[in-house]
Amino acid sequence: MRFRFANHAIDTAAARAELLDPGAGGFVTFEGWVRDFNEGREVTALEYETYQVLAVKEGERILTEAAARFPVRHALCIHRVGRLALTDMAVWVGVSATHRGEAFDACRFVIDAVKHRVPIWKKEHYRNGDSGWVNCEACAAAPHAAAPHAAAPHAAAPHAAAPHAAAPHTAASGAAAPSHDHQTVPSHGHEPNAA
Amino acid sequence: MTGRLTRSGPTPAIPAIPAIAAIPAIAAIPAIAAIPATPTTPTTPASPASPASPATPATPATPATAASPSRGSAAAPPVFGLVLAGGSSSRMQRDKATLEYRGKTQLERAVELAAKYLPEVFVSVRAGQAADPSRARYPLIVDSVPGEGPIVGIRSALAARPEAAWLVLACDLPFLSDAALEQLLAERDPTANATAFRSAHDGLPEPLCAIWEPKSAAQLAAYQAGDGRCPRKFLIRHGARILEPRDRRALENINTPDEYRQALRSLDGEASAAMQLKIQYYALMREQAGRSDETVDTTASTPADLYSELKARYGFTLSREQLKVAVNSEFASWSHKLAAGDSVVFIPPVAGG
Repeated sequence: MRFRFANHAIDTAAARAELLDPGAGGFVTFEGWVRDFNEGREVTALEYETYQVLAVKEGERILTEAAARFPVRHALCIHRVGRLALTDMAVWVGVSATHRGEAFDACRFVIDAVKHRVPIWKKEHYRNGDSGWVNCEACAAAPHAAAPHAAAPHAAAPHAAAPHAAAPHTAASGAAAPSHDHQTVPSHGHEPNAA
Repeated sequence: MTGRLTRSGPTPAIPAIPAIAAIPAIAAIPAIAAIPATPTTPTTPASPASPASPATPATPATPATAASPSRGSAAAPPVFGLVLAGGSSSRMQRDKATLEYRGKTQLERAVELAAKYLPEVFVSVRAGQAADPSRARYPLIVDSVPGEGPIVGIRSALAARPEAAWLVLACDLPFLSDAALEQLLAERDPTANATAFRSAHDGLPEPLCAIWEPKSAAQLAAYQAGDGRCPRKFLIRHGARILEPRDRRALENINTPDEYRQALRSLDGEASAAMQLKIQYYALMREQAGRSDETVDTTASTPADLYSELKARYGFTLSREQLKVAVNSEFASWSHKLAAGDSVVFIPPVAGG
């Protein structure tokens, strides 16, 4: 169960190879891509920043939790940092499992938890030259609308609650089609624009 | 009241200018000739014997824009520092400028603080005080207009350097802080007569921890000619940009021996409880703090206290409820007991994926 950051384009073939297992009958991946709009604004690029020491710890905890909840063989998550252009891959999650069902479930669990718990920040650059930190700037202006952080680091309530946490800003690759029925968190009022 | 911070980290947000406190006293400083800010000023007195001789310190002046951050356009007048040390300290029964706090006089503390932010800092004195050893070591501006009180010191400074604005500091503010000066400079409005804090006590503008713009000179002269003496009333009558102080204690002045003793105890207590913490900033908070890390001396005992202090210093827009906090690379509670040397990271709302 590994979580790591990449400064360059994610090598998905190599990542997939890490999850090969003779006992695995199913393999599910999710890719988060940089999309060209968010909340009605035209996005031209994204910049990711992380508090790496804690982010890796928290990411590994998420993968360990996934393995405890679902009988997966292997799980891996790779997240980009730095400046990304449209269509670049921001995050890759791969899960191999004995059967497809738990691979789908675990993959979905991992990407949702990563978005909500891992200290990674995203700055959007807009067509008009403006830029802003997602989930920070709009909330700061109206803090009452913000969903507060969960007090405990492992709590279910996400850091930045969002109605469309699945993939409003990124394209889901085959397996991880967005569905919203699992969302139990209060609406934030601002959608995040990422996977 | 939470503790106070002193910064020892890299790269201040506002360009720090080397302290000028060490500049040797200018020998036999002449009374500054009053240079009328506007020739029409009715009451500007005739200049004394020496012709216009502004008290120019030995160092070359820093370019005007250096001390005019933020709001001001590039054309905003530079800001110089003026520490008022010409008062009579009658209620204190001792010279307030030479009261010591933790080994430094209030005059030294005020000049050093101002010099962190301003290219030139002067001490305002009455004519008879220019040779006083505690004052003579600094560049002086000697009262050059008639009358009494701080308004004379302010007018004399405006007359001595008509091109400059003055960050005026009284000499009885032992809790004066970086946060207060940073806020004044960051939120300065060069188009107003002055930029001043609103007093927490009476809601009125505080004229002696304020930036006075050159444009106030003529009106001040007229005000004084009409028997006005009180710079606070002047600001009320003529208008000023009023700020809500983030560090309210910075404006607490002391006037009596009792208040001095209380301030001493307070500052001593904080110093003994202070510890160093390492702070890292990310994303929006890194941009708002103008740095990615720093070491602070603080008396904050929990992340909650620490965030209150840093929010006051940097004006962070995120409320504590929006953040998480990590101590020594692990999530921690807001009431976690901090220890010297701890490394603290405030975590703004995340947005991975």
